Amino acid sequence: MTMPSPVPKLPVSLAANPKLSSWVRFSCEGGVAISPGKVEIGQGIVTALAQIAADELDVDIGRIELIRASTAASPNEGVTSGSLSVQQSGRALRHVCAEVRQRFLAAASERLGVDAALLDVDDGTISGPGNVRTSYWELAGDVSLDRDATAGAVAKPAATRGVAGHSVQRVDIPDKVFARPRFIHDCALPDLVHGRVLRPNLSGARLIALDETAARAVPGVVAIVRDGGFAGVVADSEAAAEAALKALRKGATWSGGEPLPDEDDLAGFLKSQPVETTVIDTRAAATTKRAARTLRRQYTRPYIAHASIAPSCAMARWDGDRLHVWTHSQGVYLLRADLAIVLKLPAENIVVEHMEGAGCYGHNAADDVALDAVLLAKVAGDRPVRVQWSRHDEMSHAPFGAAMAIEIEAELDADSEIVGWRHAIWSNGHAARPGRAAQPALLAATEIANRYPRMISTNPPAANGGGGDRNSVPLYDLPAWTVMSHRLLTMPVRTSALRTLGGQGNVFAIESLLDEIAALRGEDPITFRLRHLQDERAKDVIRAVARRAQWKPQKRTGIGHGVGFARYKNTGAYCAAIAEIEGTDDIRVRRLTLAVDVGEAINPDGVINQIEGGAIQATSWVLKERVRFDRSRITSTSWTDYPILTFSEVPAVDVEIIQRPEIEPVGAGEAAHGPVTAAIANAVYDCLGVRVRDLPITRDKIIAAMELAS
Amino acid sequence: MPTIQFQLNGAAMTVEADPDQTLLDVLRGRLGVTGPHFGCGAGECGACHVMVDGRAMASCDMPMWSVVDKVVVTVEGLGTAEQPHPLQRAFVSEQAMQCGYCVSGILISAAALLKRNPSPTETEVRAALDRNLCRCGSHNRMVRAVLRAAAETATS
Repeated sequence: MTMPSPVPKLPVSLAANPKLSSWVRFSCEGGVAISPGKVEIGQGIVTALAQIAADELDVDIGRIELIRASTAASPNEGVTSGSLSVQQSGRALRHVCAEVRQRFLAAASERLGVDAALLDVDDGTISGPGNVRTSYWELAGDVSLDRDATAGAVAKPAATRGVAGHSVQRVDIPDKVFARPRFIHDCALPDLVHGRVLRPNLSGARLIALDETAARAVPGVVAIVRDGGFAGVVADSEAAAEAALKALRKGATWSGGEPLPDEDDLAGFLKSQPVETTVIDTRAAATTKRAARTLRRQYTRPYIAHASIAPSCAMARWDGDRLHVWTHSQGVYLLRADLAIVLKLPAENIVVEHMEGAGCYGHNAADDVALDAVLLAKVAGDRPVRVQWSRHDEMSHAPFGAAMAIEIEAELDADSEIVGWRHAIWSNGHAARPGRAAQPALLAATEIANRYPRMISTNPPAANGGGGDRNSVPLYDLPAWTVMSHRLLTMPVRTSALRTLGGQGNVFAIESLLDEIAALRGEDPITFRLRHLQDERAKDVIRAVARRAQWKPQKRTGIGHGVGFARYKNTGAYCAAIAEIEGTDDIRVRRLTLAVDVGEAINPDGVINQIEGGAIQATSWVLKERVRFDRSRITSTSWTDYPILTFSEVPAVDVEIIQRPEIEPVGAGEAAHGPVTAAIANAVYDCLGVRVRDLPITRDKIIAAMELAS
Repeated sequence: MPTIQFQLNGAAMTVEADPDQTLLDVLRGRLGVTGPHFGCGAGECGACHVMVDGRAMASCDMPMWSVVDKVVVTVEGLGTAEQPHPLQRAFVSEQAMQCGYCVSGILISAAALLKRNPSPTETEVRAALDRNLCRCGSHNRMVRAVLRAAAETATS
C-alpha cells in the first residue's frame, strides 16, 4: 500500500525517461501514439496501457495506437519481466497522460479565454462554457511535449476512471484470430533470406572441424558461415536452409562435451557444488521459547523448460557498419547492449526493434537467436536474414528455470507451535539475461572464435524480489527465522529467468511444511494460516478463496483438497489457491479456485486470464514437467519427451478478484504459480496421506513417498 | 519439379513442388499463407493444423504428394473480420488466448470438430483439442469459445 509521499516523485520508468514526447504524441489524423518501453508477450499489456492512457487523456481507446518498443525511439524500460509492466509502464503512462492533459488544458484556456478549471475533455475535444471548443490535435502545434515530466501532475481519482478497471477487449486478439501477420515468425521483409545454426547434441561440445562441401551443394544455399565454433547456413528458403543444415551436421566434428549431473539426484548435485552463500533475512525471537523438537524437510524442484510453443526467431540486416535487428526479446535495450559488446560496435549503430513472439515465460532463446541472425546476416549483404530455431534446440540449448533444493528446519514447541524456522536454498542463479554485465549472455558469444565464457547465472538483488531466494522470507508472523541462499558457482545446465524465479519452489516448500505442521496440531490449515498472518489483504484472499471453494468440503474417498498462499515477491500480488484433486497413484487436478488482489485491476478479465493461465501452467509443472538428461546430453528435446498438460487434463479454474481501485496496481502473471503448486501438493496429502516433496508429483514419486512412509 | 494441384481455401491451386516438401513449407514459404504456424516439425503440437478434406491434420510433416487433389483449408479460409466464422467470433468474445500463437491451429481443430459434430459436449471438445498444445494456459477459455460457437450456430 502506498502512502502519500510529502515530496512527489516521478514513477521510476518516467524518472529514467522523463521526456513526455517519448511516451505520447498526437498524430494529425486524430490519433494518439503511445510508446511504452514494455512489450507484449501475450500478457495483454498493450491493452492495459491503452486503457490507462485513454482514461487519463479522455480519448476513445480506439484512437490509441501502441508503438512497438524499439531502441530507435522508445523509452528504455529495461526488461518486460517480474510482473512489473503495469506497475512501471502503467504508472509512468498514467502520470505522463495526466500531465499532457493538464498542459493541453492550459493551452486551451489561453486560446479560448476560459479558465482551465471550466474546461472539459471528451474524446480529445476540449470544450467549455459558451460553446467554445478546440482539441488536442488543433493545439498540438502550440504545446511542445519535448520537455521533461514534472512531479506535480495529478491523475484522475479512481472513481472517475471510465476505462481502466473495466474488462476491455484486448487490442491484439482480432489479428490473431483472423491470422493477420503480427508475430515475428510471420513477417515477410522484402528480400528475406533464411538462416539455420548448427548446434551440438552433446552438452558443452565445441565444433572443431567442419566439412562444408555437401552443404554448399544444396540448391538455394547462399552462404555457409563459420566463426570459430559457431557455424550456420543462409539459404533462399527455409526448406533449403534446413536441407543445408542437415548436410552441414554430417560434416561436423565435435569435441567431447561437459558432464551433466545425475538427473535422479538433483539435491545431491546441488548440495555438492561450490556456492556463494548469502543470508537473506533473519528475525530474532523476542522471547526464547524452548524447542521440543525440530522438523527437518527437504523439497526439490527440477529444471523446467520455458517450452514456448514457437521456436525462437529473429531477423537482422546489416547496412555497412549499421545494424537493424527484429526480435521478440523482452528487453530491446538490454539485447542491444550485448550485441554491441560482441560486435565491438557503438550501441548507436544498432537498432533493436520488438515484434511479438509466442509466450516466453521468462528468458528463453529469444535473445540468443537474435545474435545468430546478426552473425549470419554478415554474409547476406544488405538482405535481412531470418533465423528460427528448431524444436530440438529450443528444448535443449535455451536456458532453463533452475533446479532447486530447499531445506527447512522448523523448531516446534510442545504444542507444535513454530518457535524457530531455518530455510536454506541450493540453486543455480535464476537470471543470466543479456545487457547487465560486461560479459555478454548470448549463446553464440560462447561459440565464436573470439569467444566469451558462458555467463554463470546470478540472482537479482532482494530489492528487486531476489532470485533463488524469491518468496523465501516467510509472510507469516513466526517468532524467529533465518533464510540462507546458496548460489551455485558452476552451471553444467544453463539456467536463467523462468516465471517466478525461485518463488514457485520456495512457496511450495514453505506452504507444504506449514500444512504439515497444521496437520500435526490437528488444526485446519486455513485457520492455522490466518492465525499467523497480520496483513489484512493476505487474510482477505485466503478468506475469499475459502468461501468460494466452500472450505472445507466434506471428505470423500479418492478426493483431496489443499490450500496454498503467497504474496508474489512479498511485495506484489496476493494470491490464495485451493486445489481439488482425485487420485490413487495417478493424480488428476479437477478444480482450482483462486482469489487474487493486485490492487487496482486495470483490466479485470486480463487479470483473470493471467491467473487462470498461471494456474494451469503451474499444474503442468507440478504434474508433468522435468527437463530430462543423461550424463552427456539433454534428452527431453521434443514434446514427447517433455510433455505438458493437455486440454483433457486441464482443471476447471475459478478466479475471484478482490478489486482495490485506490491501491497502485501490480502485475498478475506470476502470482498463481507458487500457491497452486503448494495447493496441489497439500491436496495430494489430503487425498493419499503422503507428502511428496520432490516435484513433479508423478506416479513414481507418489509410490516412492508411500514406500518411505510405510 | 512436378506440378501439384489441390484446393486451398476455396480456390484451385497449382504449385511446382518437390513431392517430399511439406505442405507447411509450401503454404508459408511459397504461398505466403502464414496462419498455420511452425511449432515442432513433428506433428506433436498442432500449431500448424490445417483441414484436409475436412479433417484437422498437422501440415508440418505432411508431404506435398499426399495433398494432391485434396481440399485444404487454413485459418485464413475460415472467415474474415467482415465475415467471421462463428469460432472466430467466439474466440474474440471469450478473449480465448494469451499469446495466440497456437490459436490458428486450434481454430482449425475446432472447426473440423464442429463439422462432424455440431453440438459437442465439453469432454468431446477437449478430446478434439488434445493434439493441440497451449503453453499459456488458455485452454478453458478456448473450450468455452468452441461451445459458444456451437450453441450460436445451433440457434441461428
